[in-house]
Amino acid sequence: MADKSLLLEVVTPDRQVVSTEVDIVVLPGVQGQFGVLVNHIPFLSALEIGEMYYRKGGQIDYIFVGGGFAEVTGEKVTVLVDSAERGKEIDIERAKRARERAEKRLAAGRTAELDWARAEAALRRSIARMKAASH
Amino acid sequence: MPTLRDIRQKIAAVKKTQQITKAMNMVSAAKLRGSQIRMEQFRPYAGAFKQMLASIASRVEPEAHPFFNRAETVEKVELVLMTSDRGLCGSFNMNLINAAEKFIKQKKAEGIEVVLTTVGRKGRDYFRRRKADIREFYVDVWNKFDFSNAQVVARDAVSPFTNGEVQEVYLIYSNFVNMVVQRPVLVPLLPIIPEAAIEGAVTQEYLTEPPADEFLGYLLPRYINVVVYQGFLENSTSEHAARMTAMDNASSNCKEMITSLTMVMNKARQAAITKELMDIIGGAEALKG
Repeated sequence: MADKSLLLEVVTPDRQVVSTEVDIVVLPGVQGQFGVLVNHIPFLSALEIGEMYYRKGGQIDYIFVGGGFAEVTGEKVTVLVDSAERGKEIDIERAKRARERAEKRLAAGRTAELDWARAEAALRRSIARMKAASH
Repeated sequence: MPTLRDIRQKIAAVKKTQQITKAMNMVSAAKLRGSQIRMEQFRPYAGAFKQMLASIASRVEPEAHPFFNRAETVEKVELVLMTSDRGLCGSFNMNLINAAEKFIKQKKAEGIEVVLTTVGRKGRDYFRRRKADIREFYVDVWNKFDFSNAQVVARDAVSPFTNGEVQEVYLIYSNFVNMVVQRPVLVPLLPIIPEAAIEGAVTQEYLTEPPADEFLGYLLPRYINVVVYQGFLENSTSEHAARMTAMDNASSNCKEMITSLTMVMNKARQAAITKELMDIIGGAEALKG
């Protein structure tokens, strides 16, 4: 394992958030969290809204991801997501406000199906943001 | 014969116009650069999606997802037309609108109804004046847009397809070929044709989670977002390029006009001086007499 390292790329439609060599990366798959080491079998997974993290040396970094996909090959992991923010970039106050808004909307009861789904997604995003920022 | 004063005023006016067109040219150049960088950055993202779609589509049944459904009879289609919000960009909007008109005419000839969604003020204004069937419109989007705008447009374009109101969805935007060429393109958005996605792509065998059929449920809606967002970026870059060229032309026309007006002015001044001299000489002669 020491002879090869794993390249991690996290991209959103507007920018590349991370491009670095890592030891291990852990991602929020729709069927559960999974870790990827070097020489992983080619693998595609849909990702949930949640947090991912990667370790490099002794350092662990957390990133909020807003849902998307991960493409894994033996030497590279490409994470394609709608949005991604590093833990330290996250505006906690804003996430808190978003959470309150979403909770209020959900508490107001089941309105249109679409609005409900959107409010729910907003709530999940705000919670995941706060979690990624808390490390 | 215009007087000297009239010509001077006209030159001053043209000069002011030239200042504006020059400024707009520079603003467009700056915006174009920004837009081009965004487009470059998005390309790998879009490429990865296309590749994913290709490798998944090659492994599933054509009925695996409603987005693959090809209707047997097409009665109504939706057209998403992108134009700019503002003018002063040459034939940019007219080219797009002509492409849309051509499409509508062609579909009408086949007995198919077309309902419009417009992104950008110019397209909406044009088709509203002609009382076309506009289902949805978005204005004032181009000045500042991001992926979420594309998500909204894509979501609203997909919903009539999913509820069966229309059988096909198309997208027209201006493709940025280079600085001088921007060409309107017609892209079929829905249904997605798996064969077209697979063609020419390098497919890789992947293990997927969830299984391929279910995976499509995650992939396809996002894929539509990606295609629409690509349209946004191409269209916006084209708009800036078109405006830059138009303003460049306008500036050089101003320059030409100033040159020829200056010539006329000089002639008029000469004529006036000569006339005055004649008057003075004539007067002096008369006094002598």
